[in-house]
Amino acid sequence: MSSAFSLKDRACIVGVGQTEFSRPKGVGKSSLVLQLEAASAALADAGLTHKDVDGIMPFPNLGTAEELAANLGVENLRFATTLQMGGAAPVASLAVAAMAVSSGAADCVLIPAGWNGYSGRRARDTITEQTSSIPGGAIARDFYMPYGLGAPPQWYSLMARRHMHEFGTKPEQLGAVAVAMRKHAQLNPAAVMHGKPMTMADYLASPMVTAPYRLFDCCLETDGAAAIVVMSAERAKDRAKRPVYIMGGASGRPYPADDITNRRDIFETGLTIAAPEAFAMADIRPRDVHFAEIYDCFTFEVVQQLEETGFCPRGEGGAFVEGGRIEVGGALPVNTHGGLLSEAHVLGASHIVEAVRQLRGEAGARQLSRADIGVVTGWGDFGDGSIAILRR
Amino acid sequence: MTAYAKPLPTLEGLNGQFFAWCKQGELRFQRCEECGTWRHVPREMCAECGSMKWDWQRSSGRGRIFTWTVTAMPLHPAFKDATPYAPVVVEMDEGVRVVSEVVDCKPDDLAIDMPVEVVFDAVTPEVTLPKFRRA
Repeated sequence: MSSAFSLKDRACIVGVGQTEFSRPKGVGKSSLVLQLEAASAALADAGLTHKDVDGIMPFPNLGTAEELAANLGVENLRFATTLQMGGAAPVASLAVAAMAVSSGAADCVLIPAGWNGYSGRRARDTITEQTSSIPGGAIARDFYMPYGLGAPPQWYSLMARRHMHEFGTKPEQLGAVAVAMRKHAQLNPAAVMHGKPMTMADYLASPMVTAPYRLFDCCLETDGAAAIVVMSAERAKDRAKRPVYIMGGASGRPYPADDITNRRDIFETGLTIAAPEAFAMADIRPRDVHFAEIYDCFTFEVVQQLEETGFCPRGEGGAFVEGGRIEVGGALPVNTHGGLLSEAHVLGASHIVEAVRQLRGEAGARQLSRADIGVVTGWGDFGDGSIAILRR
Repeated sequence: MTAYAKPLPTLEGLNGQFFAWCKQGELRFQRCEECGTWRHVPREMCAECGSMKWDWQRSSGRGRIFTWTVTAMPLHPAFKDATPYAPVVVEMDEGVRVVSEVVDCKPDDLAIDMPVEVVFDAVTPEVTLPKFRRA
């Protein structure tokens, strides 16, 4: 890709914030309240006020920019859009926010994401409750649901089984991902699974949810929110903390995006398309990356995304995650916060927060000694994908 | 007799036409009149050549198991009593893939590339679902 205009390093993440992550009994704080709390924390982290925001990129189906702006007192909302990519939206929003602030369409873009993923509507009910909530909803309603193929673990396990057939990927390799995420959660006091270690034996003994996904292959369902604030590199220089540069970012959709069964390439996801673009923009290669916060809705998706990002060839992801390579202390630590599997399900936004903490040197007990460049991925719906490459 | 409680297709538009053929005991897919490409799920346009001309052509009804999952925990209230059950993806001889189930095979006996052929299940007076049996 050659271009007179490059987005590389033109925008920065200047603030991040998050709420407590929990599995409350009864009614928890509302999705709106959680997002407002996270937004306030992110703006404070940046040394900004609510009035500084002039761009908002909400998460699909979790509130409008208008409602957030009214509550935050954003009087000059110049830029607002929602990327309809499910969990891939927050990471996909980073590059779009970078475009907005680089062009002057906005000066300060807020990317909030939060929900009652435990006390309210859960991810497993995405299609059941509202078939219009995701692009493939009508297809799922008419062609998947009648056969009981209605929930995310079921859709993605179709790919996992095929991957096991074509490449010999083993349950213990999926278990290696689960064990690593849980290990990292022990270093993260905010993690729901902090204080709850897990061994490979525990993993293998956990009950099957939808084969080959066991209970511990599946992400948590939690209440919580996180928020990110993006400004131009110029404006970032004056903020409270050292800025984190967006070196590259891209998103993509598999083909066809709205039907996971009639794929020309069953293992192609949006990330397959987005990763080369992001690396070209950043002008680096996968081997230059020090850590990766990967959208771990399920363990197999970590294996798949490592392959599709280019950290290893397709089919070799199973071997790649074994032997501690993806653990803190290994060659490519993955989800140093514990991920969706063991920290909390915060729609992928908490993965951005964790990457920023690592790059700033704020990650406490789980701080990596080498954390200059990190990758964050997003995953949504039937395999939409996004990636951002961030640096200190 | 208890009412059928599982989710049903809505029978509208092109999807509705697909199920209307199923109700007549025929598995048909759209086939492009210009370039002959088969397609599923139903679409308005041929993605290969861009033609809007197509018709419903009868499938051989035969295919092979491409992949599946065995759902052991109920993730939908209507399937609470059905577990363990296995939604499958069948790759038809025509090249398209359908989600379905194999009526005469236990979930643990499924195998990749197992040959299957279509059968029809009139689950309600209005809706007939295509399912498969070993071939």
